[in-house]
Amino acid sequence: MTTSFKPKDLSQKEIMLAPGHRMCSGCGAAIVVKMVLLAVNKPVVACSPTGCLEVTTCISDYTSWKIPWIHSAFENAAATLSGVETMYRVMKKKGRISEDIAFVVFGGDGGTYDIGLQSLSGAMERGHDMLYICYDNGAYMNTGTQRSGATPYGAATTTTPVGSAMNGKPQQRKNITQIMAAHKIPYVAQASLGFHMDLMRKVQKAMEIKGPKFLNILSPCHRGWRSKSDDAITLSRLAVNTCYWPLFEIEHGKTRITHTPNKKLPIEAFLKPQGRFAHFFQPGHEGMVREIQHQVDEEWNDLLCLSRDKEPEGQQAKTSSELALLHLGP
Amino acid sequence: MKTYAAVTGNEAMAEALRQVNPDVCAAYPITPQTDLMQNFSDFTADGRVTTEMILVESEHSAMSACIGASAAGGRVVTATSGPGLALMWEMLFVAAGMRLPIVMPVVNRALSAPLNIHCDHSDAMGARDSGWIQLWSENAQEAYDNLIQAFRIAEHPRIQVPIMVCMDGFIISHSIGMVDFLPDEVVKRFVGEFKAQDTLLDVTRPVSYGPLVLADQYHEYKAVQDAVMTDVFDVALSVADEFAEISGKRYGLFDTYRLEDADFGLIALNSAAGTCKDVIDEARKAGFKVGLLKPRLFRPFPYRQIGDALKHLKAACVLDRADSYGAYGPLFTEIASSLYPYATKPLMINRIYGLGGRDFLPVDVFGVIQEVAGALETGVVPETKKYISLRK
Repeated sequence: MTTSFKPKDLSQKEIMLAPGHRMCSGCGAAIVVKMVLLAVNKPVVACSPTGCLEVTTCISDYTSWKIPWIHSAFENAAATLSGVETMYRVMKKKGRISEDIAFVVFGGDGGTYDIGLQSLSGAMERGHDMLYICYDNGAYMNTGTQRSGATPYGAATTTTPVGSAMNGKPQQRKNITQIMAAHKIPYVAQASLGFHMDLMRKVQKAMEIKGPKFLNILSPCHRGWRSKSDDAITLSRLAVNTCYWPLFEIEHGKTRITHTPNKKLPIEAFLKPQGRFAHFFQPGHEGMVREIQHQVDEEWNDLLCLSRDKEPEGQQAKTSSELALLHLGP
Repeated sequence: MKTYAAVTGNEAMAEALRQVNPDVCAAYPITPQTDLMQNFSDFTADGRVTTEMILVESEHSAMSACIGASAAGGRVVTATSGPGLALMWEMLFVAAGMRLPIVMPVVNRALSAPLNIHCDHSDAMGARDSGWIQLWSENAQEAYDNLIQAFRIAEHPRIQVPIMVCMDGFIISHSIGMVDFLPDEVVKRFVGEFKAQDTLLDVTRPVSYGPLVLADQYHEYKAVQDAVMTDVFDVALSVADEFAEISGKRYGLFDTYRLEDADFGLIALNSAAGTCKDVIDEARKAGFKVGLLKPRLFRPFPYRQIGDALKHLKAACVLDRADSYGAYGPLFTEIASSLYPYATKPLMINRIYGLGGRDFLPVDVFGVIQEVAGALETGVVPETKKYISLRK
């Protein structure tokens, strides 16, 4: 059953996260939860690891969750929900439950890329019928912006600050979607709040597939990113249009880019509105901009090749115009 | 019909789980628990249980999956040993704090480092503050009986607390003992249907599990957790009454052997108690008026009842198969506390034995009996705490 994503129809649906939660005004995570749940047409049982979303939505005696929800610890959202999903299958088999229920994790990048990676990998490998959504804001935001495996190259965080001896995070971020794809799960995708139809279609597609699914959604955090509090959607669009955060899906191993920017913007367009990259624009730091542009271009190129079932080309530095020509293909 | 069979401790516990037929079991292998779950897996493969196994990728995930499954509203089990329990440590507190009646056999094994797969009690003792109920088992029969009763205690509407049932790794888990098995229908009727409350799968009545609780309320949450534990004594005893009716076996909060007329006593948990009983019979013949107290329920700890049972003794040796380095052993600390209210207390010594599977032999029991008898004569305790059977 296809959901209508017309704003008129969506506005009639109940938003399953009650207002009054403690998220910062302008937080991407709140939008992630609302958009995802709007795209689902059956009951959802959710799980969150410890993190911004979890602490802000459930503080005794209050909860913002209008759906059943569990938090148990930081590193085990996938394991916890796999237990719920298993009990559901048992109850269905025993005829004690008849509803069709969807199981969704809403986890931050810390609880997904780093401390939660083991339990995520295990749950994906075992084949549980659940959708794991990572709201990726690129650092441990809840504890004050410490670096995570998802933090981009060069970003200033409280554990990779910019100083005379260091220029922000030295490492690149992990490619979590490819890690998930390597588990050979039926559906892996990346989405952005700036492209809500694409995001919601992906959620809906995931709902129609049985088995483990993973969806990585960029979740701007103006505190940690040092950006304007009302820039979440703007930055979500810039991330896609600079190819920093490509929109694609890998369905049964087949990669498909779901949105190609009309004009691929230079990475500076995404970096400039964020204070965490301010040092990139200091004199003498031009190499950092070139480096991150190179990383973005390399990953975009690899993705293009995967989407055409080609082997990725040799890692040669390409100018942005050469790369711009590449994506004008079929 | 009852069956009386020669089985290992692991087989006995696996059989109890088969008869209970829990909804979900999350399992991860670790010596010496491994073949308990292997046996149980055979039952699932042959369709002798309808339990859905989650073959998780670590013990931390085993307990996490159990928490999710239990909150979803069904009967849930797992089992582990030693470092596996240690890895679950964070989640033990979560399970208890969430009041989920998960049942877990613990096949007692030493903690690393150094790495050691053999028996001691450091694993479960390390978890004594977690909020779990703890039952300790001397042999395969007790392990089987305790595991069946565990479901009724944990799931009791006034309790709703997770429970671990301990038995000695290798010594009991892998050696063969005689076990009186109850018929399947009797066990099934005894444990009954699991009645879940506030489940995650009731989508008409959404609940949130695992809130953040700040300094304005956390203290009260914990006070309630402690208060609930005081109800466990009555519940454990009434479950034991019912169990006696179906099995003919009478269990209490602890067991005693020739204690009532003893001058001095030994206090020990699990299999060492069995060795002590044999030696006590010999020692009695030699004129030592010695007896034994073997705790069964270790958490919550029945201070009043145990103090009452020991208060007449002139001296006692508490045998600990675990240590708290730089302090007295965990069992000693509890026994000493149970005797604190009395004006006259027995002379007490704490002897650490059997760590990492070091054998605890009749000669060792004789050794401590003579030590205590000697201390009684002289009125002097040279060393309150000491390790016995160290290599020279």
